[in-house]
Amino acid sequence: MRAPDMDAGVTAGDVLLAVENVSLRFGGVKAITDVSFDIRKGEIRAIIGPNGAGKTSMLNVINGFYHPQDGRITFKGRTRSKMRPYVAASQGIARTFQNVALFKGMTTLDNIMAGRTLKMRRGFFWQMLRHGPAMAEEIEHRKVVEEIIDFLEIEAIRKVPVGRLPYGLQKRVELGRALAMEPELLLLDEPMAGMNLEEKEDMCRFILDVNSQFGTTIALIEHDMGVVMDLSDRVVVLEYGRKIADGVPDEVKSNQAVIDAYLGVPH
Amino acid sequence: MDILYNIFIDPFVQMGSAPDLLVQTLWEGLVSGVLYALIALGFVLIFKASGVFNFAQGIMVVFAALTLVGLYEAGVPAILALILTIGVMFVLAVGVERIVLRPLVNQPDIILFMATFGLTYFLIGFGELVFGGNPKVMITDQLYLPRGSVEFEMLGGFVSLQKIDITAAVIASVMVASLAVFFQKTRIGRALRAVADSHKAALSVGISLNQIWIIVWFTAGIVALATGIMWGARSEVSFALQIIALKALPVLILGGFTSVPGAIVGGLIIGVGEKLGEFYWGPLVGSGIESWLAYVIALGFLLFRPQGLFGEKIIERI
Repeated sequence: MRAPDMDAGVTAGDVLLAVENVSLRFGGVKAITDVSFDIRKGEIRAIIGPNGAGKTSMLNVINGFYHPQDGRITFKGRTRSKMRPYVAASQGIARTFQNVALFKGMTTLDNIMAGRTLKMRRGFFWQMLRHGPAMAEEIEHRKVVEEIIDFLEIEAIRKVPVGRLPYGLQKRVELGRALAMEPELLLLDEPMAGMNLEEKEDMCRFILDVNSQFGTTIALIEHDMGVVMDLSDRVVVLEYGRKIADGVPDEVKSNQAVIDAYLGVPH
Repeated sequence: MDILYNIFIDPFVQMGSAPDLLVQTLWEGLVSGVLYALIALGFVLIFKASGVFNFAQGIMVVFAALTLVGLYEAGVPAILALILTIGVMFVLAVGVERIVLRPLVNQPDIILFMATFGLTYFLIGFGELVFGGNPKVMITDQLYLPRGSVEFEMLGGFVSLQKIDITAAVIASVMVASLAVFFQKTRIGRALRAVADSHKAALSVGISLNQIWIIVWFTAGIVALATGIMWGARSEVSFALQIIALKALPVLILGGFTSVPGAIVGGLIIGVGEKLGEFYWGPLVGSGIESWLAYVIALGFLLFRPQGLFGEKIIERI
């Protein structure tokens, strides 16, 4: 697997994605109110906050599932206020979901191959024939997928329909599918939810390896504070849809507003 | 004892004593089986890609055939009419995606199912408005489809095969084979299956739902057109033809809603089963078996394989 192409204008440490004054409402419910933060190239950025703080909504805004009413999002220097999810995907944003969203009837291999959709370009006609260029292309992508399978240590379940896998492995397959897109920005929505300690440690290792080996920028939502503090370079904290803190883990940990949000304020 | 003899022994004695008749019956069963399979295929395509049972598939068959004949009657040369009809099916696919599916993204399946009812009645009304309600004759000769029959002398008798039936079998087999490979092995096929499994996951890996839906409905439209030509050539093109969609139900139950090879095998089993049942067992109950035997066969299979012969077995974790 190759590291994703470095965009000419964006090098490590520069801002890869900037969220400016974004607000999102569903009817009268304010999910996100006037939030701004940025994600720098090559970092692991955590988004934390109590339940209902708007973390998942934020990811949905970034990858185009939700369109915010106000605010702007700048990705790789291009500003937009709304975008369709498949456009976001084609520009290099991949993601996983809080409650695993896999193609349950398909095998591990096919699920990860589906992640290559945007990289495969041969037309309908060749695909029908399954011959010549389309076949060569299929083989080439299959190779990349096998490398991802090796990387995630899931060789044994290559041909198993993912609906039959235990939850921890499903999460791993989902990560594999996102990696197959060779994303520049990888959004992970609670990658360790519902896992036991051993599975969590594996997942942490994979996340760190993806970040260091392929230089993939990662934004993740996580509830396990130990994990967040260990993994992330910077943390943004949301509460009731507003940003209450932003900084390196140590700063955030000692921030009074964050402590209040998590532990409650005495009345 | 007489009854048992009539049910379990006598039909097989008859089969053995007149093998040419048996071959003839089997052949007729296979031919109607192929045509059932074609209809079922239209359903499977749309079900696989959008999880929707498309009630309108039957009327799409009629609509495609009517458009073809209608264009020809309006003075368009037959081959051009065929190409234009394919164009009309494409416009229909785009229309369905824009007007029906897009506004209903993320709604429960039952809502989409009801929407296909709406589509059915729209197509009936629109079809009658444009082409009138009278039955039409399929333009078989103009499309260079062969006519007449071939006779073989075999097993001490004659077996006659209609040329149009042979053509239907060949066309259907080619279509089914290419679609099966397409679904299993290609990028677009994988994308189709992905969309069927999870809309949001498909979107997140960069699959465009809109594009996929247009491809599927267009393919189902082409299959409908092929079905319409073949069925139309055997009877006539009228709105009554849409009830053949009901024949697809037992085929789907048998083959599994999500399997292209299942549609063809299911179609053949139902077709052959029906014809054999009608010919050898029908007289016992004063015939008329053909209309319900398919459902009985399907029910029998359902008891042992609820997901159908080739259906995907999805285990839900609790």
